[in-house]
Amino acid sequence: MASELRETIPTFNQVESESEGEVSLTNWSALTNQGFARTWGEAGLIVLVAVIFVAAVELAIRVFNIQSYILPPPSAIVTTLVTRFPDLFWPHMQITLIELLSGFAIGASIGLVLAAVITQIPLVEKIITPYILLLVTTPMIALVPLLILVLGFTLTPRIIAVALASGPMVMINAATGFRRTDLAKIALARSYGASTFQIFTKIRFPLALPMIIVGLMVGAIFGMLTAVGAEMVGGKNGLGNQLMFWSSMVKMTNFYAIILLLALMGVSIYVIFYWIGKKWAGWQA
Amino acid sequence: MVEIQSQVTTANGAVAGTADTRPIAMSVRHVTKYYQTGTGSVHALEDLSLEIPKGEFICILGPSGCGKSTLLWGMSGLHDLSSGEVILNGTPVSAPRPEIGMIFQDANLLPWRNLWQNIQFPFEIKKLDPKPYEARIRGLLAEVGLAGFEKKMPRELSGGMQQRASIVRCLSYDPEVILMDEPFGALDAFTRDEMNLLIQKIWMETGKTIIFVTHNVSEAIFLADRVVVLTPRPGRLARVFPIDLPRPRTIEMTFSPDFIKLILEIKGTIERGVHGNPAAVAQVLDLG
Repeated sequence: MASELRETIPTFNQVESESEGEVSLTNWSALTNQGFARTWGEAGLIVLVAVIFVAAVELAIRVFNIQSYILPPPSAIVTTLVTRFPDLFWPHMQITLIELLSGFAIGASIGLVLAAVITQIPLVEKIITPYILLLVTTPMIALVPLLILVLGFTLTPRIIAVALASGPMVMINAATGFRRTDLAKIALARSYGASTFQIFTKIRFPLALPMIIVGLMVGAIFGMLTAVGAEMVGGKNGLGNQLMFWSSMVKMTNFYAIILLLALMGVSIYVIFYWIGKKWAGWQA
Repeated sequence: MVEIQSQVTTANGAVAGTADTRPIAMSVRHVTKYYQTGTGSVHALEDLSLEIPKGEFICILGPSGCGKSTLLWGMSGLHDLSSGEVILNGTPVSAPRPEIGMIFQDANLLPWRNLWQNIQFPFEIKKLDPKPYEARIRGLLAEVGLAGFEKKMPRELSGGMQQRASIVRCLSYDPEVILMDEPFGALDAFTRDEMNLLIQKIWMETGKTIIFVTHNVSEAIFLADRVVVLTPRPGRLARVFPIDLPRPRTIEMTFSPDFIKLILEIKGTIERGVHGNPAAVAQVLDLG
C-alpha cells in the first residue's frame, strides 16, 4: 500500500545537481516505474491479450490468404526458430553475441572511465562533451564500410562499430550520474576524514549508479543494433548477415525467425539491466 | 547525572566561560570569514571569539544568513577560515578531526544503504573495526527507539526516525564534541519537541560538548546552557545569554513565564541588536 502511494506522489529530485539541463537520454524511473505484473490476475490478463493477438494474426493470415513470403503464420515462425535453432541460427547468434559482448565491454569500460574522469574536471568536460554528443548522434553503422575497407571482413570492424556505438551512450549517461554532486553527502564523508578516492567510491559512484545502469542498458541495445547493421554490410556470418541471406532467398519464415530471435535478445538485455537496476539502484526507483 | 547537573550549575551565570573551572573543549579565536560568490565576496563572520568548556551545551542563534552555519562548518574543519583559528584540545582545527561528530540539517542518510549500513559508514571511512562498537550501537538504537529497524532503507523511515538514525551514526564512534547544524529545522513541531527531549537526555547521560546551531529561539533556550546570539551579517557576537532553567527541562516549561521572558528578550536582541523590549514582555505575561 505504502509503495503504491509512493509511486503516485511526484517525487522531487532532492539531489543538488550542479548543472542545469543535463544531457540525459533516458530516465531510470521511466524504465522502472512501469514494472511487471503485480498479481497473478494481472499476469494472466497480459498473457491472454498476447495469445489473442497472436491468434488474430494467425487467423487473419489464413482468412485473407496472405502469402507466406510477406508474412508467414506466427506458428510457422516459432516452429522454425525452435526446430532449426541449433543448426541454422545458433552458430550465427554466437557470432553476433561475440561482437556485441566484446564491443560492449570495450566501449562501456572506456565510456565509464572517461565519464568518471572528465566530470571531475569541468573544463575538460566542456571541451569533450560536444565530440561525445557527435559520436552519440552519428549512426556508427555508417563507419562500417570504411572499417571493413581497412580491416577486412573480420569481426574486428564490427566489434569496433559496437564499441563506438555503445561507449558514448554509456559515457553520456554515466557523466550525467557523476555530475550529480550531493554536497551534503560529500560533506558528511569529509567530516569523517574521507579521502577523494573514498568520496568517489562511497558517495559519487553509488549516487551515479542508477544513471550508469541506464547508460549500460541503452548502450547494450545500441550495440546490438549496430552489430546487426554491421553484419548486414558484409561478411559471411552473424544474424544480420543471415537476415540479408534469407530475404534474398525469399525464405521469409527463416527471416522472421531471426527477427524474433533478435527481439528476444533485445528484451533479454532490457530484462537483465532492469533486474540489475532493481538490485543495485532500487533505492532511487 | 548528578555530576553533570552540578557542572551545569557552575556553567550557569558564566559568560564566555570566564567563571568556569571546567577545561576548555573548543575555543574560537578572532574568527573572520569571507567567501566568494558569483557576484563578489560575502563577509560572513567578523572577529568572533568564543570559549566552550567541556560538557557544555551551547546554542548559536541568529537570523538567517548571519553566518551561524558558517561558524559551525569552520569549527568542524570542513570550511577554511579567512583569519583567526579554532582550537580543539589544544591544537588548531585545520581539517575534520576524529574528536568531532557532525549532525547535519536534514538527516543526510545515504539512501542506497539501509539503517545499519548507514551507521557503519563512519567506520568504513575511518577504517575502524566496528565490532567493538557494536554493543554500543545496539544500545543507542534501542535508546532512540530504532531497534528492529536496522534493515530499513532511509525512505522507509519518517523524518524524525531518519534524524534519530543520524544521531546514532554520529554517537556511534563516540566523538567528544558534537556539532549540530539546524538538525531539526525540517521536522514538524511535535517531532522537534520529541527530538529536543531526546538530545537533552543523551547530553545529560553522556556529558558531551554540544554546539547546536538553530534559528529557533525556543529550541535554543530549551536546550542550551548558554545561548550565543549573533548579529546579522557579518556575524559578530551580539550577546551571550546564560540559561538558568533547571534540568531536565520539560516541554511544559517552555510555556512558563520565565521561559517566555527569555524568548522575548532574546528575540529583541536578534531583531534590534539590543536588549529585549520590556513592554512586550509585560504584555505577553499579562495575557498569560
